[in-house]
Amino acid sequence: MVHFTAEEKSTILSLWGKVNVEEAGGEALGRLLVVYPWTQRFFDSFGNLSSASAIMGNPKVKAHGKKVLTSFGEAVKNMDNLKPAFAKLSELHCDKLHVDPENFKLLGNVMVIILATHFGKEFTPDVQAAWQKLVSGVATALAHKYH
Amino acid sequence: SAADKNNIKAAWNAIGSHAGDHGAEALERMFHSFPTTKTYFSHFDLSHGSTQIKGHGKKVADALGNAVNHLDDIPTALSALSDLHAHKLRVDPVNFKFLSHCLLVTLASHHPAEFTPAVHASLDKFFATVSTVLTSKYR
Repeated sequence: MVHFTAEEKSTILSLWGKVNVEEAGGEALGRLLVVYPWTQRFFDSFGNLSSASAIMGNPKVKAHGKKVLTSFGEAVKNMDNLKPAFAKLSELHCDKLHVDPENFKLLGNVMVIILATHFGKEFTPDVQAAWQKLVSGVATALAHKYH
Repeated sequence: SAADKNNIKAAWNAIGSHAGDHGAEALERMFHSFPTTKTYFSHFDLSHGSTQIKGHGKKVADALGNAVNHLDDIPTALSALSDLHAHKLRVDPVNFKFLSHCLLVTLASHHPAEFTPAVHASLDKFFATVSTVLTSKYR
């Protein structure tokens, strides 16, 4: 289980409070699909993904990004219990969605990069380190129920 | 692609003289977020602002700048570094991903306006290519 110090938790919480989940979610998922085009394999039903601007402007991408990031908010509320918190989602991603857990790491890193673009200097190495721990913990939790 | 090359060159121009600083910052971020990477630098002072990190950051940035100037033949441009990493440094390939990621984070935090999704994609590809070249002679 990942262990977060009190400092790491407060670092994460204070940044999360300033994140526009709807916008950031769309951006994160969009960038994932642009930078790692093979991840588009899970989104055949999303319509036009033919260019970076098509992807970033695609309403289904934005909506789904918002869903994913809202769910990430659960991680922020359950930093000490990531595995149980994501148990059901883990089963879903394995049994129904068939997503290779490698993708969770890719998305996690894209999220970190987006936080860097939004928060600039405020996103110090210490802040980044706390967030890397969180995204890695979430990726592990989501992969935990795979069989 | 041609578009990638344009993106990469434009990004490197925007970075300008800050390349060395960004290199150092990326290293510092990497040591913080991925502590296992410190195992290759037991001979360094890794504290914040260390002269050795600054120096090494500049070295890395200069090598990347060289690759930017030779996008059509990165293997030749980085051949000596490729030998070095294979025979002397022997840095496990997984670590190149960590540094590449931290370079992206550094650039994203300092140049958010230029760091569009398309530029992000081109730079990610560039760093991945450089990483592959640097580990190409490992075995």
